[in-house]
Amino acid sequence: MHIVTFTRSTPDTAARLTVDADGSVSQGDAAMVVNPWDEYSLEECIAQAEDQGGTATVIAIGPEVHEEALRQALAMGVNAALRIDDPELATADSIGWATVAAAAIPRLDEVDLVIFGKEAVDVGSDQHQIQTARLLGWPFIGAVSRILELDAARGRLRVERSLEQGKQVLDCRLPAVISVLKDVNEPRYPSFMGIRRASRASIPLWTLAELAAELQKPLSRQLKLEEPPQRLAEAEMLSGTPAEQAGALIERLEKEQVL
Amino acid sequence: MSAIFVWTETDSGAAMPLSQEALGAGAALAAELKLPLVALVFGEEAGAIAGSLAADEALVCEDETLTDLRLEPCAALLTQLVRERRPHALLAPGTIRGRELLASSAADVGASLLTEVSGVATQPDGALRVTRPVYAGKLSETAQGSPSQTQYLCLRARAFAPASPRGVAETPLTVVEAVLGEDDIVTKVVEVNPAAGEVSLGDAAIIVSGGRGMSANPAQPPADAPDGAVWKAQHGFEHTLTPLAAELGAAIGASRAAVDAGYIDYAHQVGQTGKVVSPDLYIACGISGAIQHQAGMRSSKTIVAINRDPDAPIFRLAHFGLVGDLYEIVPALTAALRARSGAG
Ligand SMILES: Cc1cc2nc3c(=O)[nH]c(=O)nc-3n(C[C@H](O)[C@H](O)[C@H](O)COP(=O)(O)OP(=O)(O)OC[C@H]3O[C@@H](n4cnc5c(N)ncnc54)[C@H](O)[C@@H]3O)c2cc1C
Ligand SMILES: Nc1ncnc2c1ncn2[C@@H]1O[C@H](COP(=O)(O)O)[C@@H](O)[C@H]1O
Repeated sequence: MHIVTFTRSTPDTAARLTVDADGSVSQGDAAMVVNPWDEYSLEECIAQAEDQGGTATVIAIGPEVHEEALRQALAMGVNAALRIDDPELATADSIGWATVAAAAIPRLDEVDLVIFGKEAVDVGSDQHQIQTARLLGWPFIGAVSRILELDAARGRLRVERSLEQGKQVLDCRLPAVISVLKDVNEPRYPSFMGIRRASRASIPLWTLAELAAELQKPLSRQLKLEEPPQRLAEAEMLSGTPAEQAGALIERLEKEQVL
Repeated sequence: MSAIFVWTETDSGAAMPLSQEALGAGAALAAELKLPLVALVFGEEAGAIAGSLAADEALVCEDETLTDLRLEPCAALLTQLVRERRPHALLAPGTIRGRELLASSAADVGASLLTEVSGVATQPDGALRVTRPVYAGKLSETAQGSPSQTQYLCLRARAFAPASPRGVAETPLTVVEAVLGEDDIVTKVVEVNPAAGEVSLGDAAIIVSGGRGMSANPAQPPADAPDGAVWKAQHGFEHTLTPLAAELGAAIGASRAAVDAGYIDYAHQVGQTGKVVSPDLYIACGISGAIQHQAGMRSSKTIVAINRDPDAPIFRLAHFGLVGDLYEIVPALTAALRARSGAG
């Protein structure tokens, strides 16, 4: 059983961000962390591979900053890490990204399952995982809250997923691509030994030439990033006894036509 | 012929509220670009649902394979319709299914998809220029698609006004054939457990949320409760927050601290690693207002905070602040609302 997951680094979620004069984002001296949604996909990838006596591989696509996330993944217990980078990727859109991801998977040792997190918390595009599946021609099941059965020998997968309308249990064949939400597990912390191993691991780097991947011209582009207008007014504090506070609030909400 | 397509997700025999928002956004674009608005409705009762939608035409498919709106048959059909009719733009609600479907079809035709779109404007050449929140709402991005391909957009919930209801005339329907047969579809639905009776967070106009402060419940746990704090918080969600929510017709939200401590199910979590919501009214009870919680509710129109710590960061985001014990204020609020609706 070979399970692959993708991750990358994102700014610490508490970081204060500013947009510089040239339009680039800066986060002061805030750290980069593993994309928070990926803590769950990493855990699931490792736990399922352990369960089945299989292998877990993690891939990051993009510049060196993502190696931090890869090392964190290795420290948690992923068996192998790989980074793919190329100058052409800097302007790629999500289809370009998925083209690269879908070109990389067949070059790995027989992959049974690919597990993604929900989205990257910075750009929040929430589509890379789906498009990777589509370009691979593999089935995709998103918002998975539980893997109920994973049987590589019989090529079977059964999962529970959470939609807005409630839960669903789905069957499909392997290989497949899934994305998991936070309720799928409780991520482990890296062990001391894991951190040591990860810091020494060498991480291979692939380029587009090696993947023989060709990217189409991106069809959408970012024009600008800006800080949204700050709200200037301060909260109106409503004081008094609880009943007075409640009365004052209802009066305000009626005036604002919220009630 | 070019058009504005809107994939209209349905639930229990009706278009979902977020689909009505997508139709509303689609109608505005169609008017500006002088193009027809075409609703795409798949699955059970598609024809009956489509007949009352505010669109110039509806493409409907009721094939049995589409009943549970599985991704594979929906995506294959959507892609074929896009290839045949080359719409100028394709919009969908930013639900889980909407996003999966548009991302898949965009990959099929090599189009670009922009997600979490909260504003859209047309350019003279027909390109759509969108704004979308990024970095957990800390920044706003402006991006532009290209009119050389169908432009795919998934809309943020509650960012667009819903379509105004249609007059008496029925929407003209065109029935389309499914593309995949059951044998070509590898995912099979084994079980469906609808979330019964709860107001869904995504389209709720009012949300009442509880945080770690819910464990300050003065009610006494029974001797056999395994964990007193968890019992108190769960009791509080059920007997203090739920009555307020019921009075307001609101959905129940929660902070991650409340979810992780086992006070309430993850489906209720609001924030960066939960749901992003923008109700008209958000009432935060016993929530400090960490940046990751703000990420999920910052765009609410009116924010009310009830917290006993006057320095809690939530008061810097709130429009109205009530300092005090939520276990005194919330019941007072529920009682006052009851008296008001009784009198009215
Ligand atoms: C990567 C990452 C992702 C995260 N994602 C999310 C997320 O999606 N959603 C989220 O919410 N958090 C998220 N968090 C966690 C976040 O940082 C906070 O820890 C969390 O929001 C705190 O929840 P809280 O406000 O309920 O608890 P606390 O911060 O402990 O606040 C409890 C509040 O209750 C008040 N209180 C106590 N008793 C009473 C009473 N009787 N009456 C009135 N007020 C009372 C206290 O004054 C306090 O302000 C994330 C964190 C990280 C690192
Ligand atoms: N450059 C990248 N390298 C590796 N994984 C990524 C990259 N970009 C996005 N992902 C993962 O793909 C999933 C969906 O992300 P997104 O579509 O960017 O919101 C998340 O699990 C991300 O961590």
